[in-house]
Order: sequence, then structure tokens, then C-alpha cells
Amino acid sequence: MASRNANYDGVAVAVPVTVPYERFSIRGAHWFIARALKALVDGAGISKDDVDGLCVASFTLAPDSAVGLTQHLGLSPRWLDHVPMGGASGIVSLRRAARAVQAGDAEIVACIAGDTNHVDSFRQSTASFSMFAQDAVYPYGAGGPNTSFAFLTAYYMRTYGAKPEDFGKLCVAQRANALHFPHALFKRPLSLDEYLTARPVADPLRLFDCVMPCAGAEAFLVMSEDRARRLGLPHARLTGAIERHNAFPDDPVQHRGGWVMDRDRLYESAGVGPEDIDLLQAYDDYPVICVLQIEDLGFCAKGEGPDFIRRHTFEANGSFPFNTSGGQLSIGQAGAAGGTLGIVEAIRQVTGQTLGARVENARHALVSGFGMINFDRGLCTGAAILAAT
Amino acid sequence: MSETIKRPKRKNPILKTRAPTLPPDRRSRIALGLVRGAALGNLELQCCVACGAVQYPPREACVRCLSAELEWTVMSGRGELVSETTLRHSQELFFRERVPWRLGLVRLAEGVSLVAHLDARCGPAPSAVTIEAVLDRAGQAVLVAKPSAGETALADEPKLRDFTSDPRFRKVLVTDAKSPVGQAVVKAVLEAGADLVWAGHCEPWKNPPGWPAVAELPKVTLVPLDVTDTKSVNELAAELGFKVDIVINTAEHHRTFGIFGRAGVETARAEMETNCFGLLRLAQAFGPVMQSRGADGDAGAVAWVNLLSVYALSNFPQHATYSASMAAALSVAQALRSEMRTAGIRVVNIFPGPIDDEWNQLLLPPKLAPSAVARAIVGALKGSVEDVYPGDIAQDWLARFRDNPKALERELGR
Repeated sequence: MASRNANYDGVAVAVPVTVPYERFSIRGAHWFIARALKALVDGAGISKDDVDGLCVASFTLAPDSAVGLTQHLGLSPRWLDHVPMGGASGIVSLRRAARAVQAGDAEIVACIAGDTNHVDSFRQSTASFSMFAQDAVYPYGAGGPNTSFAFLTAYYMRTYGAKPEDFGKLCVAQRANALHFPHALFKRPLSLDEYLTARPVADPLRLFDCVMPCAGAEAFLVMSEDRARRLGLPHARLTGAIERHNAFPDDPVQHRGGWVMDRDRLYESAGVGPEDIDLLQAYDDYPVICVLQIEDLGFCAKGEGPDFIRRHTFEANGSFPFNTSGGQLSIGQAGAAGGTLGIVEAIRQVTGQTLGARVENARHALVSGFGMINFDRGLCTGAAILAAT
Repeated sequence: MSETIKRPKRKNPILKTRAPTLPPDRRSRIALGLVRGAALGNLELQCCVACGAVQYPPREACVRCLSAELEWTVMSGRGELVSETTLRHSQELFFRERVPWRLGLVRLAEGVSLVAHLDARCGPAPSAVTIEAVLDRAGQAVLVAKPSAGETALADEPKLRDFTSDPRFRKVLVTDAKSPVGQAVVKAVLEAGADLVWAGHCEPWKNPPGWPAVAELPKVTLVPLDVTDTKSVNELAAELGFKVDIVINTAEHHRTFGIFGRAGVETARAEMETNCFGLLRLAQAFGPVMQSRGADGDAGAVAWVNLLSVYALSNFPQHATYSASMAAALSVAQALRSEMRTAGIRVVNIFPGPIDDEWNQLLLPPKLAPSAVARAIVGALKGSVEDVYPGDIAQDWLARFRDNPKALERELGR
């Protein structure tokens, strides 16, 4: 067992920002990231010169990285990071920013994830997503991530007896949540019947199993609790956070994620257990990965996901509030912002700043990230617990 | 022959001929290691020399011990289908034109996971499968999962047939049908189900043994063709080039002289005229029109076969000028492969050792029967390879060449 990490005492997460999503945009990623930064400084009532740390995640910033952004946006941070980890980038950014603040390397870190989405962006990005994807997946049907998640979903259904209705229940509940959230791109209710009879995409996946790529950004600030209080900012406390990469490489199929390796440490650090969690913001590019997170973060045992879904309701006022702003499946996947969407919603819930459906008395939110289908599986997993003050 | 493949419908002449599309062909250089085996029909993956670990996808270092000494090694191909999907949607035109498309996630006996095109005859997961490396229409190596037992010919699977150049229902031009190999090729492609064969012949006064029977075969049409004559080649291409689905260039000129065996360059020039410039003339006349028909229905233009010689790899000094002409022809064939690849048309090179014909009379056995060469050509078309070394001599020379080309140079000079 590795040594225990220091805890995250004194770290505040504040100013949840969503730059409204667009299905397609003619603008560059820089535009969305700039809008996010503007909203952060305006929301905090600070000047951009007060932002001395910047952490960026984006797939469409090329040829720039976070470095180019400093000059593009006129920042002179003393701490800078670029986290190219897709759906896990939000959690990883949060962890790193928290340590920078604790160590005094930066006082206010802006964590921004944003992407544009041009017509044809998605094809180009999946064609050369990684060396292994380019060499050993994309030439096989060019299905993009649908292919990998179809394999996983088919395997999970066969092995653990999940039914399409189980995944559908999650998707339908998320859509119900999204109808209250102003930035969701999906504005119409989704019925289970519509879900089950939607156009097949990659068996057993159908249309509403797959996220819709779009443009947008999500962002938040990390600073000390003390600083947040002085600025008068409602904020959440970071009480635990984990990350893991390339876990269980010998599993023939990714039926479990890296969360399993680190969840005990997460709950120990936060001083709570799964039973204390008031809402779960899981990474949801496909519903099967939601089920894995429910299992692997300890809400039920491996393979009991389908039964868990049948026993619970997932609306914001349900028995297990889940992806309460609608998740990517009903808001849209704005590239790397998909990995920060859950953190932003969790901050809103535990600080009472919700834009949409509200979870009553939300004290502890668990946010989970999952990213980078490098070859046959997602490599990056992470999770964090945000607590109300 | 399987009945699963139906005769394609006649083309509607009013409709636009579709332009060829290709599957994604970008690969890292290290991943191109897969094509080394696939070109010959072998499944080769990286194996660590230091610790023996097998790995996939291809990497720059051993995933287990980080050694950089990785050897492409033939694998068993035995595997288990762990999961599968059928794509109904694709981001690339090539597959959009072909969905639904079946894919499998396979665990190889050697302990690696891989994504493969999945044969329709494979049972649902979990089930035993056999993995093969084949060439797709972009000429890149891809993995195919086939059933472990029963009928498994690639050309009999309606979708994966696309990875082959099956002569069935196709129209074939054999450039020299009169030679012993040419006659055997005509018979073999007809047996393989070709719709018709244009049998090229020059020197009409020649009537070698076997020729009358071949010339009278149903589905054979004799056409005058002299590959040393640009006008002859161009005239034939103008007449039927737009109908040819497969070219099999069997024309060769073979004399058996070393450098000092004959003064002057006339023999060498004659060999070059047929073996190298003949190919060049054919390529210029038939290549472009075939390119335009790379996606012309289910039986459009699909392949170009060159009968070369294993002497193309390394000069056999007893047949020095012939070897030189074949090396030149190989070089032209490589360029042709690159050009035709953009239309999804495969260029297959056949590298036989000595064929049992009049010009190899003085060579010791083993020599290849013309029918064996024809079988190798048809086998390459029904399968998915681009280089064929038929027979023991060719295999032996290829092994020596791959092991140490300088050693082979000296061995051939003995």
C-alpha cells in the first residue's frame, strides 16, 4: 500500500462557470476558454491579474497549449498546467490546483476546460486520438468511441444481466434533470420507449446511449478557504480526491475502473462513506460507464449495478440524485469540458447556487471522472468529494 | 465454392460510377510492422527478445520489461471472442458505404487484446476464433477474426470479401496466355469462377502444346497483345480497358546468360522490353481506367498481378540480364502499387523460383510446375496478400534474403 496522501484541508472550490454550449461553433477553443475566464473573474469580483495559477484542458486548442493561452489572454501566472486527460481532466486539475494552493505555489487557480466543435471536428479528433487508436482501432470501422463502449456494454450485459431498460432508466432520469438546466442542448423529455427504439448506432448502443459532441466550457476557481471567505464567495470544501491511470491492464475487458484501487483512500480522506454521499456526478459519455462508477465507487458491489438501478430513482429529488444537471448525455459533450461539468454542478449543489434541479440539503457530492479511450479502454479515472461549508 | 456470394447485378449504365473510397490508412511507423507479415499472409506481432512478452498494439518498447529489442514473430492466431458489436454508423466514407459492419474484441492465446474485423460466420461471444492479418483496400494490414472451425475462406464472406480480389464473377486479362504459365493461369482463374478471360497472345503462328485446348475454352476470348509494342497495348486498352477487373501480367522474356555469356546488350534489351517496359506500357494504358473503376459495383476493378521472379530480389548471375530486368520490373511494380492503392486496387507480385519450362531446362530440381504458379496466383487473389513466393526455392531464397542479403548474394554467385 502506498503511503497516505496529505489531506486537502483548507482548499476551497468556488465560482462554478458554464459557458453555454453550442452544437457547432465557428469559433476557436480560445474563445470558449476566454469566456470562461471572464466569467470566473467577474464571478469572483477579482481582476484577471489576481489569477496566479492556470490549469487548462482542451482537445481543440492546437497548436496551442496552456502556455500559448497565457499570452493569448494576457495572463502572467506563476503556476501553469495543461491536463490532456479528457474526461478525467477536471478531477486531475482540481487535485493539482489544490496542492498548488496548499503549498503556496499559487493563490487563485483558474481551472478551465473548454473546446470548440466545428463540423467534422469529431471525426478528425477520433481519427488521431492516440497512437493506439490510430493504429489499432480507427481503421476498424471508424466508429470512434462508440466501438469501445459497444464492446463494454455488450460484455457487461452478457456477464451481469443488465438490460437495455436499465441503461435507459439512467438516460431518461438524466433527461428529466436536464429539462430544468438552462444550458442543456436537449430540451425535450425522453421517454423510455424513445430510448429503446432509437436508431441503432453500434449494437447494443442506440442513439441516446451516445453523447453528442458540442462546443462549450466549464470552469471553477481553486483557492484557500480563507481567501474564499475574504472574497465573500460561496464555496465547497475539497475533502478527498483520487486519480489512477491504466489500472488493471490485464483485464480482457474493462469491467472495472481504477476507482476500485483508490476508493478506500478517497472515503478515508473525506471522513465519509458512500452512504453519506448526497449526490453523484459521474462521467457519462455512455450509460454503461455510469454503472461501473456506481459499482466501483462502492455504492453497490460489482455486478449489482442493474439491480441498483432498478431499486433507485435518479432524478434530483430521487432516492439517488445522479447527474443532476442532466449530465453530458443530455447537456452535450463539450470536449474536455465534459470532465469538468460534474465538478461545476457539484459546486452549485453544495453551495446552493443551482441553475436547475436542486438536491435538498446536499452536504457531500461525489464527482467522478473517466477519460481517454487510448486503445480498448479508458485509461484515466479520478474522483473527488466536495463538501458544503 | 460457397453459394453465399451471389452474382452481382448488372450495372445500371445510367447511374454514376461510384468513386473509390478507402479505409483509414494512417499508421505510426512502428505499427507498419504488422504489414511485413500480412503482405505474405502471416500474423506477426511484437515479441520481446529479453522477456518473451507478446504485445499489441505495436509499441516502441516492451510493455513488461521496457526492452527495446522487439521481434515481429508469427503468432498462433488462436483467440477468444470476448465481445462484439455491429457498427450501424461510421465516421469514414468507406465504412459508411458498407455498414452494418461487424467488429470483435478478441483475447489472443498469447494474452493480448485486439480489435478485429469479425467474420459473419463467427458465433456470438464468447467463442473460439482464429485471428489473421490481412490487407484492407487501403493496402494496410488489419486483423480479421474468423471462425476456428468449418468453412473459413475470406472470399466467401460477403463483407470480408472486400479484403480479397476474388476472381469470381470478374473479367480477367491474361497478358500472355500462350506460355505454359499463361495457359495454366487461364484455366485456374476460370475454375475460380471468373466470368471471362481475355487471353492475350502475340506471334499468332506459334502453336505450343496445350494452346488449342485453352483457346477453345468457353469464356475465353483471344485478343492480340504484344507488350513490347506500345500501339498494340494502347489499342487493346482502348477496346476493353474499361471492362478489365483483374490484369495478370504473365508476359516475360527469359534468356539464360550471364554477363559474359553474350556480347552486346541485345538480349538484355529484349528482356527489358518485355519484363520491364512491357509492364510500364500496360500500366500506362490500363492503370488509369482501372483506377476509375475501383468501386464499380461488387465486381469492379480490383487487382493487378505481376509474374516476377525471385531473382528480382538478388541477382542470379547465371541468368544475369533476366534477373536485372526482373529487378527493374519489381521497381516499376512498387510504383504501380502506390498509384493503384489510391483506388483500392491491389498490386500482387509473384516471385517464383525456377519454373519448369524450356528456359530452365538446365537447372536442377525442384522446379515449379506452371500449374503451381497459377494456383499461387489464384490463391493470392482469393486471399489477401500482396507478395507471393511460391515453391521451396523461392521460400528458401526469401528466408536467406531476409536473414542476410549479402550472404545470399555470395551463395547465388557460387
